[in-house]
Amino acid sequence: MLPHDRLEWVEGWGRSLGAAGYVYRPSTVEGVRQVLALARELGVPVVPRGAGRSYGDAAFHPESVVLDLSRMDRILTWDPGAGVVDVEPGVSFSRLWRFALGDGWWPPVVTGTMTPTLGGGLAMNVHGKNNWHAGTLGEHCLELDLLMPSGELLRVDRENDPELFHGVIGGFGQLGIVVRARFVLKRVASGLVHVEAVSAPDLEEMLRRADEAKEPWEYVVGWIDAFARGRRLGRGLLHFARHLEEGEDPAPAQTLRAETQDLPDTLMGVFPKSVLWRFLKPFTNRPGMRAINALKYRLGSTVGEDARYLQTLAEFSFLLDYVPGWERIYLPGGLIQLQSFVPVDGAERVFAAQLEMCRTAGLPSYLAVLKRHRPDPFLLTHGLDGFSLALDFPVTSGNRERLWKLVREMAEPVVEAGGRFYPAKDAALPGELFRATFRNGELERFAALKERWDPDGLLRSALAERLL
Amino acid sequence: MARFQHALIIGASSGIGAALARRLAAGGTRVALVARREGKLKELASAIDGEAGEERALAYVHDVHDRDEAPELLQRIARDLGGLDLVIYAAGISHNVAFDEFDTAKDADTIEVNLLGAMAWLNPAAERFGRLGRGTIAGIGSIAGDRGRPGAPAYNTSKAALHTYLEALRNRVGRRGVRVVTLKPGFVETEMVAGMGKLPMMVSADRAAQIMLRKIRRGSVTAYIPARWRVASWIVRSIPSCIFKHLKV
Repeated sequence: MLPHDRLEWVEGWGRSLGAAGYVYRPSTVEGVRQVLALARELGVPVVPRGAGRSYGDAAFHPESVVLDLSRMDRILTWDPGAGVVDVEPGVSFSRLWRFALGDGWWPPVVTGTMTPTLGGGLAMNVHGKNNWHAGTLGEHCLELDLLMPSGELLRVDRENDPELFHGVIGGFGQLGIVVRARFVLKRVASGLVHVEAVSAPDLEEMLRRADEAKEPWEYVVGWIDAFARGRRLGRGLLHFARHLEEGEDPAPAQTLRAETQDLPDTLMGVFPKSVLWRFLKPFTNRPGMRAINALKYRLGSTVGEDARYLQTLAEFSFLLDYVPGWERIYLPGGLIQLQSFVPVDGAERVFAAQLEMCRTAGLPSYLAVLKRHRPDPFLLTHGLDGFSLALDFPVTSGNRERLWKLVREMAEPVVEAGGRFYPAKDAALPGELFRATFRNGELERFAALKERWDPDGLLRSALAERLL
Repeated sequence: MARFQHALIIGASSGIGAALARRLAAGGTRVALVARREGKLKELASAIDGEAGEERALAYVHDVHDRDEAPELLQRIARDLGGLDLVIYAAGISHNVAFDEFDTAKDADTIEVNLLGAMAWLNPAAERFGRLGRGTIAGIGSIAGDRGRPGAPAYNTSKAALHTYLEALRNRVGRRGVRVVTLKPGFVETEMVAGMGKLPMMVSADRAAQIMLRKIRRGSVTAYIPARWRVASWIVRSIPSCIFKHLKV
């Protein structure tokens, strides 16, 4: 019997899905091994968990052992000359950039919030706004130490076992536990980025401008007003950014300090951001969000048009941390997101259809984000040469069933167009649609890895059970 | 109103427990059925699965006298179901006791099943739900627990104690987001009242289960089943002892 004092309610970041789990927080590899052994002895599945920043059900499994790796947060070795770092899986993006920036290095790929762990980032093979240039996090990983379900410790890289390396990264934590990862970081000459903002009056223009920007700019991200319709369908704002070159920043020693990067904890120097979500909550409804989206577009396309400015790396990269606890505006039902990846040719048609489906269903997305992507070599990758559109939806007791149905409807054209989905964000996708996006035997190869390394299915998440 | 995905019913093989199981399963809830009589339990589970067209009921043979088994079995059931958001204690007995019979063994058995069995199951359920900050517990008491009658002292005592225990549980874990519902049925057509002839305001087990589930979903504190028993019970409770002792109720 598992000890009752380990029992906790474990949720995804969207807080629309959760389950009871017996949470263990080991701080050493031996501790992880003991947890795996205990679960094996009791016949209880184990689900690895980092910071719990996947939106849906990636980091829990009902009534199972939750292997929370957030206490394994040590930076093991650091080479400031080469930018090579060895980390434990619970090291967060936040801890890594704060540590490395002073030596002129920045994580090559970061998520929209700095709170995820690198172990979790590898499990979901996360990407950032620079996906076209830098690819996914896994592409910057040199080597892994994996603790397998049997208790065996393996050292894996892309040469000695390419199949396992490319299966574990992006494999939802279903093959083994990453207990050490080696990354090479990106050299930066300044703690600032140069940003340019433009607007686009419709979806066609959004996609065109994002595509044109992918080569000259390292970072490309678009925001879409998902309430706009008709000829304004898909209108939005685009932000492009690049790192400052050597000599462009007059005071790099200052901008490369973590303290300079810290996001302000007040708005306009007065209003504490920690309570800002409470003021946003009354607007978290259809009329409120319609107004906010329209206002954002109006301001961005007038006073903000063609704006050029410098921003700290943290300010530009971690938009989701701007309003601490913003996800709470969606409580009590929480939120889900669908991020669809569609090849260039079909993107406009599929995204327009999705936005139209939201309108027809009366379930508009409150936040829509556009990015440009490239393929990568990982087995269960979401990467392709195309665009992604991420759509956030509030979940309520009244819309849950309709919302899940809408996700299915929106996913179908993605599959038809040869697209992919991003499991880190997913909560509602039917498994058959996810599986239909893998047409070249990737799932069979992944299943063979699972059979070899975890034949008893010890490692299991609700997400993997739903999608694989 | 709350919708339940995974429910556990202790005392599910017949009567109100079985009717609750059927109704919950018909609404899509996966149910774990716990009872002593294996044959009846399995029969009910296959009937539920047959109606649903899929496996929706899991059967566990258990005697509520075996209180030490309860915590581990509760954990196993939660795992087998894939979660747990409702626990109903429906097990209960009422020994026939003559007016001039004072049988401690019978009385102890009544207390064991109706009260201590409930505590053995609902304590770990309350601990679990309190820790998770969610969940619903329901206990089936009785209008018989509202007053000490000459005909069934141990039964009256067991139900009165169960009501108080449930109230205490509610006050303990209610602030942590757990609902505890006290259900007080009147006469219900079950094995317990078989052979007692026509009884006032009697309802079928299915009707009782229907009302109970409505009350549980609403998160009622104390519910009389059917509701008109609330008035009847108030009248009975208001009768002074000096008069009540002369009544044959």
